[in-house]
Amino acid sequence: MAIPGQIVEIFSEPSDQRKTALIDVVGVRRKVDLGLLQDDMPKPGEWVLIHVGFAMSKISEEDAIDQMRTLRALGEAESAMQEVEGYGLEEAEDPKTSLEAVKSDSEDLIQ
Amino acid sequence: MKFVDEFREPEVITRTAAEIRRLAAPNRHYRIMEVCGGHTHAIYRFGLKDLLPSNIELIHGPGCPVCVLPMGRIDDGLAIAQHPDVIFAAFGDMMRVPGTQGSPLEHKARGVDVRIVYSPSDALKLARMNPDKHVMFFAIGFETTAPSTALTLVRARAEGIHNFSVFCNHVTIIPAIRAILDSPDMRIDAFIGPGHVSTVIGCRPYEWIAKDEKKPVAVSGFEPLDILQSIVMVLRQLKANEAKIENQYKRVVPWEGNSAALKAMAAVFELRPYFEWRGLGFISQSALRIKDSYAEWDSERRFDVPGVRVTDPKAAQCGEVLKGVLKPHQCKLFGNECTPEHPVGALMVSSEGSCAAYFNYEHRKTAMVTSIASVA
Repeated sequence: MAIPGQIVEIFSEPSDQRKTALIDVVGVRRKVDLGLLQDDMPKPGEWVLIHVGFAMSKISEEDAIDQMRTLRALGEAESAMQEVEGYGLEEAEDPKTSLEAVKSDSEDLIQ
Repeated sequence: MKFVDEFREPEVITRTAAEIRRLAAPNRHYRIMEVCGGHTHAIYRFGLKDLLPSNIELIHGPGCPVCVLPMGRIDDGLAIAQHPDVIFAAFGDMMRVPGTQGSPLEHKARGVDVRIVYSPSDALKLARMNPDKHVMFFAIGFETTAPSTALTLVRARAEGIHNFSVFCNHVTIIPAIRAILDSPDMRIDAFIGPGHVSTVIGCRPYEWIAKDEKKPVAVSGFEPLDILQSIVMVLRQLKANEAKIENQYKRVVPWEGNSAALKAMAAVFELRPYFEWRGLGFISQSALRIKDSYAEWDSERRFDVPGVRVTDPKAAQCGEVLKGVLKPHQCKLFGNECTPEHPVGALMVSSEGSCAAYFNYEHRKTAMVTSIASVA
């Protein structure tokens, strides 16, 4: 399932000029590739669906919230966060923090 | 049963379920296939079957990439991984899929260098970090994932990274739907089309299903209401004796798909003449292989691949379940020898596999009811 994230900053990689973005997924920030959105490049503040480290489609903030709610309802929010934390071969700085963020964020959304 | 008021917008859900009951002719049995494994998971997780009248049967389709991969391909990939200098990199959901000599995870326990990556670009990063090793990325997935693998290969070539290759198992959804429709033991009235695959390919590739096969298709999102609305869409068409493609998931799926993703795939991949699918057998032009211009990054050309065909364990009936001929619990091994903790077949491994979804939601629920009844 695709993961919703918000674009924080966009970069041009010096080695090959490809575009990447720092995205925020309920508090966890990682770089994803924007190569699949080069015909419709998102801007900072906009939301995207992410799959295997690549932004796949632009979505609205409302749809991003819905998608996170669906992931949580399917019991997939934790594995989605594990995936995001693993992007760039990085380890989670504090796995607990982000999992709590998913829970509290989703609880806020449900209320 | 899931209580409707646990869903968001419970009134709309109730109204939509009532509309489904109104549209379904009582003297007719409807077989609607949800193609995508994500939908299968959602249908079981949200208990949507309980909201449908008994004459609407949901058939689980072949859209779980781990499930349709034949065991021989896993064995082939793991054979390459035996080379002492090779790092076998794959997504986490491949790790517990059984090969004849065990899963990638079991190979790791025996000393094979097996790594989990969450992105093909991280497999390429592993190659940059380990210049004295060769990183083989075991690529699986439909059109949702194939463009990311394609762009990773474009970058590997542009950067001149030569210690990296892809063992390509990417498959395409349309030929699998065609094979199902051609199968004599299948009768499908309508399709719930895949959501995420369609963000890449768009809706146009399904048009032949309506035009030639006269079957309605609704491309659907993953929320309970999305799936129920898609069922309403196809039932309305069936009632009006129509067949067309409707896009219920317009908020994410553009009709024409994602042009950059399609271009990336076309640059790197071409169709294989045929490819074996678990349960469906060999399907012509149903999978992608790496083009000659990227041959150096093709694991199948860089290494000797045994290419053996392995039949599934005799008692396992993954094929029949995959085609929707059998329900998961009708397989002889279901819940006994084959469980999510100890999977025999791939359909029990992935959360998108119909056996795992059935086991986790239906079987456990039934087991609990039986146990409560026996205590009472």
